[in-house]
Order: sequence, then structure tokens, then C-alpha cells
Amino acid sequence: MRELTYAQAIREAHAQLLAEDPRVFLIGQGVWNPWYAGTSLQDLDKEFGRARVMDSPVSENATTGAAIGAAITGMRPIVFHPRMDFMLLAVDPIINQAANWSYLFAGQVSVPVVIRAVINRGGEQGAQHSQALQALFAHVPGLKVVMPATPSDAKGLLIAAVNDGNPVLYLDDRWLYERRGYVPEPLYQVPLGKAALRRSGKDVTVVATSCMAAESLDAARVLEARGVDAEVIDLRTIKPWDRDTVFSSVGKTGRLVIADAAWLSGGIAAEIAATVVGELFHALQAPIIRVCLPDAPAPSSSFLEQAYYIGADDIVVAVEKVLR
Amino acid sequence: MHLQDGGTRRLSSERLTLFLYEMLRIRATEERIGQLVESREIKTPCHLSIGQEAIPVGVCAALRQDDTVWGGHRSHGHYLAKGGDLNAMMAEVFGKATGCAGGRGGSMHLAAPAQGIFGTVPLVAATIPMAVGAALSAKLRGTDEVAVAFFGDGATDEGHFHESLNLAALYRLPVLFVCENNLYSTHMMLNERRVKDNIVESAALHGFPGLVVDGNDAVAVYQATYQAMERARTGEGPTLLECRTYRWRGHVGPALDLEVGQNRQQDLAEWMQKDPIMRLRERLREEGLSDADFSEIERRIADEVDAAVNFARRSPYPDESDLLHHVYVSRRGA
Repeated sequence: MRELTYAQAIREAHAQLLAEDPRVFLIGQGVWNPWYAGTSLQDLDKEFGRARVMDSPVSENATTGAAIGAAITGMRPIVFHPRMDFMLLAVDPIINQAANWSYLFAGQVSVPVVIRAVINRGGEQGAQHSQALQALFAHVPGLKVVMPATPSDAKGLLIAAVNDGNPVLYLDDRWLYERRGYVPEPLYQVPLGKAALRRSGKDVTVVATSCMAAESLDAARVLEARGVDAEVIDLRTIKPWDRDTVFSSVGKTGRLVIADAAWLSGGIAAEIAATVVGELFHALQAPIIRVCLPDAPAPSSSFLEQAYYIGADDIVVAVEKVLR
Repeated sequence: MHLQDGGTRRLSSERLTLFLYEMLRIRATEERIGQLVESREIKTPCHLSIGQEAIPVGVCAALRQDDTVWGGHRSHGHYLAKGGDLNAMMAEVFGKATGCAGGRGGSMHLAAPAQGIFGTVPLVAATIPMAVGAALSAKLRGTDEVAVAFFGDGATDEGHFHESLNLAALYRLPVLFVCENNLYSTHMMLNERRVKDNIVESAALHGFPGLVVDGNDAVAVYQATYQAMERARTGEGPTLLECRTYRWRGHVGPALDLEVGQNRQQDLAEWMQKDPIMRLRERLREEGLSDADFSEIERRIADEVDAAVNFARRSPYPDESDLLHHVYVSRRGA
């Protein structure tokens, strides 16, 4: 079986999309440069030409707005923001424009654009190079938000996002770039809005996003050695999220831990917890626990970073708590 | 009966009469909208472009149907001049299901994709980068379509404008930036917002032509646009037109807003003397347009506007079940 890294899988999705569909083009900061995107865009400009693989000035607003205008007029653009933080300079085109366009014009006009942003944690990069802002965008009707956690999803979700016909935010995580996994060779789609059951278990449900899905599997192995059988769901799409898969798992286990490496307050984990409590209260045998970042900006000091970021250990602690 | 022709330099009396007709139709429509706002039959915010009609008419006369226009909240004129349907626009202003946006948009959100009108929105400057994107799309698709961004002088205070000019210049995109400089951004005059009256200089900073045009002269606007379109279609890149005009009515609704600005009462009186419609009428009078001809055009337009209002009044509101439709489009083929 062929293995690729997460970053290589993203690159392959771009390459196949560019080769397959003349409407696809790529625009953003650093797409000609390995400093920003790692190997995830490597040499695409050489392969497909700089007319379709466009490195841009530091103009998040104009490049994103231009991609939206191009999408409305028949293209399938992918916009690249090398740090999710920088994408905030394009919040007007994303939220005010792209998200509303189909609704405002009663479906006569749509915005088939993919906006890719990289979540970049740790490495002493501090508050403005580390944010995971998925909840901000998942709040907005009209947007879809995907967060692949595995190499095969990284490829399949990008292809599905480009073909979706709606504005889709594709959030990849630099912590996953070197993870390896089986990636099928053809151009294939991972359906938006469908979670993946990564591990079956009967004692507790762990719902995770992005890099926390991998951490949850690590946690499940630790828990298994302690006699706990955890079910792990990788949400994959944050908006819309897969209620059926989550409900059916919680209906079975009666216990829920949600792991999302973003801030606790008002986040995805809060949304899932509120929905499960509201609609599946009778099935719960214990309070829901959320494993999220503390409500503080990311510190730079590596000592503080260690206290700030969450991982498998925190999930193990949370699971043991819901089982008590 | 539409005047878009892809642009010929010669303007016959017949074509100029069409210009006059288009301008009169925009004005009559907006005056009627103003009355309907005053009588509270229309409640959505309506921003009137009365006094500025020469700009959309002059620009759109030099466009083809497949050229795209992108506008703001004051876009009734852009919509009508580009070939949007009057009935559908009036119904939209009324919030009716037959409106050009199905009643979801109101006056500030107009669309007619078949006419190259892909959407207008009130966040000023928001559609400037989108027009740049439409131009990029045209270039990548290998067509010679041109995208036109209409925006007011207030929009040039936004970062969108400056980023977009740079991007359009860098990629030599077929885009025309049309600044309708009516000297006001809501209540603030140009000189309260800028230390220099220098919007047009933004083009030169990015290495492409910028022209100041008399925005109350439809023929001058047409001719400037015609030249810009030739540049754009032959791959020479963008142009900025700063069309100088004046907003007769207030920022929103039919009021005159005489309490804002520094000297609005006197300025308004002076600018009304430069009425773009009367100017063209005088020129056409010399070419043989009689008062009876003019009255006939006015009568025909009054009938059209009456019919549009009746159409809007008779049309149903959207069904409540429509509320959650079109948040997303259903999946298209790959």
C-alpha cells in the first residue's frame, strides 16, 4: 500500500485538481515558497505554470475577494493563507460576501471557492501565528468548514471541497504534516459532513477534530491497556457536523469527551455538547467533558507552551473522569 | 431596446436618445421609489442615485452583455443600465418573491446573472476585489470579457480599493474601476476624509491610467469608458475613471440631507444646474429632439414605472418555507 505524508497528500490533491479541471487555480501568499506551505504545494508552479499557481502580494483581502469574484464567474479557485491568523484580514470577503452570496441572490449566483488556511501551533510562534479559529467560521451559515486529520482525508476532502459548489474553508494543521498514511492514487472525494469512526469501543465516545483525532487514538491505546474501550470519532467536517455518527455512538456508550484544539468558550466542543444534551440527554450517564485550549492567546515561551497545548494525556484524564 | 453595443465611437442622435431614455428611466424609477419610501410602502433602505445617472448609462453603453458589473448599495442605475429588468428590480425593492433576488436582497442586493450583474452589496468596496476576480477569471478562461467595479468615493478610503488596484495592475487584468465621486461618504464630505482631493492619483501609483471625467456628461463618460474597454480587451490592463458628480438626495432615502456637509444647500443648487439629463436634452434639442418627442419619452417611462410598481404590488411575498433555502447550493457536477 502506498503511503504519503499529510503534506504530500495535500500536494497530490492540488496537482490532480489542476490537471483535471482547467477551472481550478491557486492564489495566495507563499505558494511558490516552501517556507510557508512545507511540501504541500511544492513545485506546483513549475508543473502547472505561474499563471494558474499564483503567489500573491500581502493582500489577503484582495486575493480572497478576487477568488470569490472568479468563482462566481465560472472558476474553481483555491485561496491559500499560510497562517490562519492572516486570514482574518480577509474576513469581509469570507463572511460578509462568500457566505451570504447564494442566499442573498436566491441561489442564482454561487461561490464555489475553497479557502485554505494552515493552523500553525507551537514552535514559540506566539499569539498571532498559532490560532485555531474554526469556531468563528463554523458559526456562519453559508460556509462549510473541513479539518482533515489523516493523509487520505487531506486529499479527499480538498477534492470534495473544490467540487462542492459552496464556499468551503479547508483548515489543515502543521502538526500533522509529517504523519504518514495510505492515500489512494486516483482523484477521489471524501464526502463533506461525514465523520469517520476511527476506533470502535463500548465504554466512552471521544469526538475529536483535526490533530486531536490522532491524539485521541493515542489516548485510546493507553486506555485500552487500562481496560477502557474508547470509541474515537474524527469529525472531519466542523460545519455541517455529522450528528448521526455522534448520536449513534453516544447512544451506545452513554459517555462523551470532546477534544478540539481550539479555545474552550463558544467553540465546536460547546456546540456538540449542547446538541447532545439537548437531544440525547436520556442517553447520557455522565457529564460531558471538553478537552480544549484554555481561554488565553498562545504564549511564545516554550515553558508556557507546554502548559497551554493539549494532547493524548489530557484526553486520558478526561475519559477516566467521565468513567468515574 | 438596449444600448449596450460593445462600443462604437460614433454616437448618432438615435443612440444619444437612448442614453437620454435610460437616464430618465433611472431617475423616474428612483423618484417613484423615493415616494414609496415616504409613504412607507417600502421599508428596506433605498439609496438613490438621482443626479448621477450619466455614469451608469455612459459606462454601460460601452459594455457588452458578457461584461460584468459589480456595484454597491446605490446600484439601481447600474442594474438598469446594464440591462436588468425593471419589474424584477421593483419587486425586489418591495421584498416580493418575483424580485431579482427573490425578495431576500431588497434595494441593496440586485442581481441579474444573464446580464452580467452578479451582485451588488452595501459594504462599500467589497465588490472591488470581486470585480478584479471576475477579470482574472476572464483572463484565465481566455475570453475578452471585462469586469467593471462601480464604487463611490467613500470606498476609496477602504483597504479593499488599494489592494485591488495593485493586484489588477500586477496581473494586467481587464478591469475598469469606476469611482462615482459624488463628494459624500454618508454624511462626510471628501475634504473631511482626505487631506487631498487625489483619488485618481491612485492609478498612476500602480502604473496604469487614471482619468478624471465629468460624471454629469454621459457622452464624456461613454468615451472614457470606450477607451478603457479597448485597453482592457487588448490585454493592456486596468483603468481608473474618477467620475465627478454630486448626490442630490441624502445618503439613504429621498431626503436632501441639507444638515450635513459644509455648504450643501448652495452646492446642491449649483449641481442641480448641471443636471446630466437636462444637459443631454439640450444637446439633443439642437439635433432635432422636440419637446413633444421628449414628453413622449417621459410618458412611456412613466407607464413602464407604473407597470413595474403594479407588478410589484400584485406579486406575492416569498413563502415562509423559503426561509432556509439557498443557504447552500446543492452539489454541482464536478
